[in-house]
Amino acid sequence: MIPAAFDYLKPSSLSEAVQAYAAAGEDAKLLAGGQSLLPILRLRLAYPELVVDLGGLAELTGVSDDGDAILIGAMTTHADIASDPLIKQHAPLIAQATETVADRQVRHRGTFGGSLAHADPAGDLPAVALALEAELRVHGPRGERSIAARDFFLDYLTTSMQPGEILTAIRVPKLGEGWSTHYEKLNRVAQAWSIVAVAAAVHRSNGTITEARIGLTNMGSTPLRATASEQALAGAPATEESVASASASAAEGTSPPSDLSAKADYRAHLATVLTRRAVRHAAGI
Amino acid sequence: MTAIDERRDTAADGPAPEIGKSRKRKEDAHLITGRTTWTDNMVLPGMVHLAILRSPMAHARITAIDVSAALSRPGVLAAYTGRDFADTQGSIPCAWPVTPDMVNPGHPSLAVDQVNHVGEAVAVVVARDKTAAQDALEAIDIDYEQLPVVLDMERALAPDADLVHGHTESNRSFTWIFESGAAGTGAPIEEVLGQAEVTLSRRFLQQRLIPAFMEPRSTVVQPDGEGFVMWSATQVPHILRTMLALTLSVPEHKVRVIAPDVGGGFGGKLQVTPEEVITALVARKLGKPAKYTESRSESLMSAHHGRDQIQDITITARRDGTVTGLDVHLYADMGAYLRLVSPGVPVLGAFMFNSIYKFDAYRFVCEGVFTTKTPTDAYRGAGRPEATFAIERIMDELAVELGMDRMELRRKNWIRHEEFPFTTVAGLTYDSGNYEAATDRALELFGWDDLVAEQADRRARRDPVQLGLGISTFTEMCGLAPSRVLGSLSYAAGGWENATIRMLATGKVEVVTGTSPHGQGHETAWSQIVADQLGVPFEDVEVIHGDTQSSPRGLDSYGSRSLVVGGIAIVNAAQKVVAKARRLAAHLLEASEDDLDFANGSFTVKGAPGNSKSMAELAFAVFSAHDLPEGMEPSLDADATFDPENFSFPHGTHLCALEVDTETGFSTIRRYVCVDDIGEVINPLIVEGQVHGGLAQGIAQALYEEAVYDDEGNLTTGSFVDYLLPSAADLPNFITDRTVSRSTTNPLGVKGVGEAGTIASTPAVVNAVVDALRPWGITDVQMPCTPERVWRAIAQGAEKSERDPGGTVSWGGASTSSSDGSGADDTFADGSGAGSTDSSEGSQR
Repeated sequence: MIPAAFDYLKPSSLSEAVQAYAAAGEDAKLLAGGQSLLPILRLRLAYPELVVDLGGLAELTGVSDDGDAILIGAMTTHADIASDPLIKQHAPLIAQATETVADRQVRHRGTFGGSLAHADPAGDLPAVALALEAELRVHGPRGERSIAARDFFLDYLTTSMQPGEILTAIRVPKLGEGWSTHYEKLNRVAQAWSIVAVAAAVHRSNGTITEARIGLTNMGSTPLRATASEQALAGAPATEESVASASASAAEGTSPPSDLSAKADYRAHLATVLTRRAVRHAAGI
Repeated sequence: MTAIDERRDTAADGPAPEIGKSRKRKEDAHLITGRTTWTDNMVLPGMVHLAILRSPMAHARITAIDVSAALSRPGVLAAYTGRDFADTQGSIPCAWPVTPDMVNPGHPSLAVDQVNHVGEAVAVVVARDKTAAQDALEAIDIDYEQLPVVLDMERALAPDADLVHGHTESNRSFTWIFESGAAGTGAPIEEVLGQAEVTLSRRFLQQRLIPAFMEPRSTVVQPDGEGFVMWSATQVPHILRTMLALTLSVPEHKVRVIAPDVGGGFGGKLQVTPEEVITALVARKLGKPAKYTESRSESLMSAHHGRDQIQDITITARRDGTVTGLDVHLYADMGAYLRLVSPGVPVLGAFMFNSIYKFDAYRFVCEGVFTTKTPTDAYRGAGRPEATFAIERIMDELAVELGMDRMELRRKNWIRHEEFPFTTVAGLTYDSGNYEAATDRALELFGWDDLVAEQADRRARRDPVQLGLGISTFTEMCGLAPSRVLGSLSYAAGGWENATIRMLATGKVEVVTGTSPHGQGHETAWSQIVADQLGVPFEDVEVIHGDTQSSPRGLDSYGSRSLVVGGIAIVNAAQKVVAKARRLAAHLLEASEDDLDFANGSFTVKGAPGNSKSMAELAFAVFSAHDLPEGMEPSLDADATFDPENFSFPHGTHLCALEVDTETGFSTIRRYVCVDDIGEVINPLIVEGQVHGGLAQGIAQALYEEAVYDDEGNLTTGSFVDYLLPSAADLPNFITDRTVSRSTTNPLGVKGVGEAGTIASTPAVVNAVVDALRPWGITDVQMPCTPERVWRAIAQGAEKSERDPGGTVSWGGASTSSSDGSGADDTFADGSGAGSTDSSEGSQR
């Protein structure tokens, strides 16, 4: 289909983008990689008057070392993320999950920041950002601020960014000694959305799991943490039995959707199975 | 892997035959690089663009419709409703009235008073560009008065059911019956059912599918005097021309239809579409060329769908495993209207339920039912995949019932190779085949025994990943079709095909075919045939198709017919060319025709090898026409029309090993082997491509695809986000091979391959899924076997998965009943299922 008519602006600096986007108010949409926005426009599910294309802002791309964290430009494409050496070294969970996003074409267009800002709970990267306790940096008319991932996702396709604010970078703490991660995903065909997926980061010391951070994809209107399982794993022996037992509560506190791909009870079941597998893979059990 | 035919002798002094060579397709370079003209690329001077407003309601009366606001939108030239064309649009034709009393309610292209499915066209806007037309749709104002939706076929046939079409007496279109006793092809079915030692009944559901061709449908119409020229993304330009002439009351000789390069069809473009008629009506009304191209969303909801049957099947057997009777009852969902061959699709399956097996008696009853959904019609295999699925599924169930090995049960009952030609209980005569050879080869490639051992081990260990092994020993009727058979089935047209060969002055060759390729590779394969027949280089042959002006006679491409019927027409035309050339050569060489040998494109006088004339020399001699035999007209060109005596009957054995992750329900095909017998092969590479694509499509029915309607009649799988097509990433490496049993009914010995993979693979995969789940007492999983359905089947055990209330079919789960039988023996009797710990292979992708 053909989108309804809109004005198009491709700013050459972040300040220009912030200014234009803020001035247009709710009638404007930001275009990052376009992999979610363009289908929405073409299906006429949205009628923005202005589309601000962030594709000209080189300062929003790339990955850099930021001391105890890495800093990922919001406009860095999935393809660049998946092959980035800093990410492979310090946040392999992001690389692993990114490689499962849709298909090659989408990964060459779609961006890390776009996926987070779109806040689709079925998207792979919001749960990963949540599990890694990332910080999201936004620029707006009133300057720059950082939002913790746990405070960023408010509801289905809704974030805590204020009108006029643009996501510019994501700061991901480096995982230190003893941490390992795994992304476990169930989708029906390779390019389909996750029915459920689990992003796990596990810290292991000797025979004990000292800490586990578990992000859940598509288990509610936002990405969620499997808090009950995390609590059960903290200090638990790194054994099959304790992981299985802790994973049984992975769906606690979630409200998974029922749709064509799966009903809620099946999703809840999958969350327990995939959590068990993700934690076991991560912890090397 | 692919078997390469090495059997042909090559003439010591000539080039190797073209037939049998894995030539790369000559058409691909321009198709793949886009250096071609798809219909949507057509731009004509002064061309206007159409956008179509479609019904958001499944069933409603149109109480008011106002397009005036759309007319005032920028760039808009006109807007029309069904009322504007009520007297001129006629009815979309149905060419297959399967019974004399079949009810055809009529099918307006643009709805006039009532809409009967979501996506039905209700108004059209014409503008200077496509965007303006699309934008103006929003300004059209329509009031609908909702009518009750009709979604469930069984409820639709109840006496008090709401009617789709108020002017009909019921939602039944037809009841078509075949019974072997009455037909004289076998014993009376009731007699055999009454004497059965073992009786097994099953209900299988064929979900609704969407053909999902790559190129969306597009039509351009140029008015031309009394008539018009239409370019359309169709697989049937010739049928379309005749049907448009009849539908629009335009003399046929004033209509020219062109199918330029067409990007796939799978039966989905075997149609006279409302959009084609609307584009023609608008172009003629305005006197301007007009274009309509659908969006993918429009395509999914308004291009015809496929399958959608409820199959109740009963098989009877003796305790020793000899099958005796087969009793089939179908409900076939026509959707809201009858399109070109909607009623004929299930009827094509009537002759295939008995498949390769020898039954004493057979009955087939099909009820065609109207619902408030998109019409159904041909989709790759059309009737035969449904039949193959049902018989191959119930053979597995019967084997379990009898406690027999599944392959042994099949061997015991199939037609042995020495019994061909064999006339079946459905009345068809299979000319050739060797089920033993194909099966033995497939089992060898598959490593059956090792996989059986692995399955036993996984069951014993209660591994969370269980292995299922599925069999499909199938046959199909291809090469549609002998015209007299079509006549006996009340189809309006014949099944012949036409070809013309033109020898150009320089020795180059033009082959005009009535087949209409839309991805099959005819340009390559036909060139190979002609190169061998005339002894000219492959590169010297040009294939002309798809324009009713340059290729005036033909019946187009569908039903695995192009090679088996159209290819033979080409052979026959070539032989006429050679006969004419022989006469001329004899004259020029001053020899008797009988004294000439024809090889490698040259006529040589026997015993005088230096004395010869090549086809190129003869072509030029005819062009100059200076010295021809007395009375010979200066032409070597020839035309042939071929009407087959019989269908062809490809067959094969497909084996699928599939892992089911019982914790998630996710299925992964581990190994897929198919050994197909499609007779002789023109181009092994093209055959391989057809088989791979067919397998993908058949596997997709088993595991992925389903058109789902909600309980208000909305298509909820309206985009490829929800209508899931697998890609190469989801499919295994296929292991393919062939056996060759020549068809005895045509000179090339060919049988057709366009539908084989699709027809055979679906039951192989579902049989594998069910086989993996046998320990839970599960006897069926509804297609597509989604992870959720498999998981629920396991969770609920034998007493079946609940039907999703919002699904295509809201008639509840499959009901089964069976007589006594020994049943499966290695069930997980405690009902606890497999263990719950991971194995190292335990994770899904």
